[in-house]
Amino acid sequence: MRNAFIDELVEAAASNDNIVLVVGDLGYGVVEPFAKCFPKRFFNAGVAEQNMMGFAAGLASEGFHVFVYSIANFPTFRCAEQIRNDVDYHNLPVTIVAVGGGLAYGNLGYSHHAVQDYALMRVMPNMLIASPGDPMEVRACMRYIINNPQPSYLRLGKVGEPCIHSQIPEVRPGEWVSIRDGGERSDTYLTTGATLELVNKLLAESPDPDRYSLKSMPLWSMKAKSSQVRQVEKFLTVRTVEDHLMDGGFGSWLLEATSIRPDLLIRIKIRSLDSKVCGMVGKQATLNAEGGLIHGVLCE
Amino acid sequence: MLATQKLANRIRKSSLKMVHRAKASHIASALSITDILAVLYGEVMRFDPVDQNYEVRDRFILSKGHACVAVYSTLAEVGLIPREQLETYGDDFSWLMNHISHKVNGVEFSTGSLGHGLPFGVGKALAAKARAETWRTFVLLSDGEMDEGVNWEALMFASHHKLSNITAIIDYNKLQSLDSVENTLGLEPLIDKLKAFGCSTHEIDGHDHRLIAKALSHTTNEKPTAIVAHTTKGKGVSFMENRVEWHYKNPNDEQLEMALAELEIAYA
Repeated sequence: MRNAFIDELVEAAASNDNIVLVVGDLGYGVVEPFAKCFPKRFFNAGVAEQNMMGFAAGLASEGFHVFVYSIANFPTFRCAEQIRNDVDYHNLPVTIVAVGGGLAYGNLGYSHHAVQDYALMRVMPNMLIASPGDPMEVRACMRYIINNPQPSYLRLGKVGEPCIHSQIPEVRPGEWVSIRDGGERSDTYLTTGATLELVNKLLAESPDPDRYSLKSMPLWSMKAKSSQVRQVEKFLTVRTVEDHLMDGGFGSWLLEATSIRPDLLIRIKIRSLDSKVCGMVGKQATLNAEGGLIHGVLCE
Repeated sequence: MLATQKLANRIRKSSLKMVHRAKASHIASALSITDILAVLYGEVMRFDPVDQNYEVRDRFILSKGHACVAVYSTLAEVGLIPREQLETYGDDFSWLMNHISHKVNGVEFSTGSLGHGLPFGVGKALAAKARAETWRTFVLLSDGEMDEGVNWEALMFASHHKLSNITAIIDYNKLQSLDSVENTLGLEPLIDKLKAFGCSTHEIDGHDHRLIAKALSHTTNEKPTAIVAHTTKGKGVSFMENRVEWHYKNPNDEQLEMALAELEIAYA
């Protein structure tokens, strides 16, 4: 995912002088192509995230589209008020890029576990969340964000994720992208972010894969809630899957979005991480399984 | 009397009337920065009163957003907003919020939470430098605000990138929200700290218009500028000067009359 991100950014920056990349002293082995091609539009803010987000907003107020790149919680929680007041309130084109979404840095400990980030970012009224499920969705999200500069949060995994889509899908905020179509009234899995790979594998190994639909929603936001009822009502059940805590997460967002139609609520089943993973350390797959993102729980 | 001194006097009177009408706080913080604003808008800054988006305008950011009545009054004085708009200050749904608002013509950035103005200004200065543009960025901060670590992050960054096009002005009135700066979280030796962070520094009387103009006009090729402006909180109204309670109180009818009368005499 990281490589797809930097490829897209470098390509876009070649024809768009307003694209700037700011890093918080992180990105070794990832950001060099941009820094090499566009040294005057690359800034390392040092280990100072609040200033990083503040000056990114200042640059954006002068017409730059600023990508701010760092790991996990550093470009979000560490500078939450700068995101709220400077970026989101002023509706400025700053794209916050966090690598290590979910438990991708599981072994690095709780400081590096991004399992509450949706909760923070989705309460910002102008913020677009981009949580792609594979490298193709990364490219799709990047193209959407570059064509529609706005406050945005791009949540990436790490590196080496397989492509689920065979080509770059069409994406729009709040719109579900179809991966597997089990027809009207089928049981549906709706993922955001890296859980797409997990569920895709699960369904592929299922004895009766045609029973299910699989959709992902790489772009969502507070504003995109209004389009959810018409998408949920087509299906018998919708299981949301996310590598984030339930509180403030994606499934909760969908429940809120559909709460105007109480009959829909019984169809939605949230599969998220149990908070017992907070403080645990281990490989991403191990912790995801501990947190409940395993076959038995996902299918029940 | 200098034209900017007359302007400052009008800003003070207007600010007093605004907080009186709206029963709002922070009049002393506004009076503290009035002379600096009068020199900025009356002499130093480049702007177009009929076009708030004039591309080569100098950018001004009020980081101590609670002192907004002084800026709103200044904007009305120089023609960026209509005077009548000042009378909506503090009203329900008014654009003139009780902390400075970018929804008001001529205001670059909303603040209210301290420590946001300087980093944002650094971004603007970086943008100007990247595009080889000549406009400058001025950020006005409070002294208590320097407690925020992010300001020191921003100074480090501005120095490292040789942002000589940004000027930070610290309104050093020595009073915070509950007590003096010294008793709250001492800033001294402030000028040495700013120097150590790589700034070109000036230490001035923040009510002396000639000194303010001189410090604001001075730039170097290599360093950001930091001006420590020694000021008096509540300046110009004797019973408000150096008194913590005027961070919060608003003048009643009688006090407003007394304050306006003092300003008439002082600048008669």
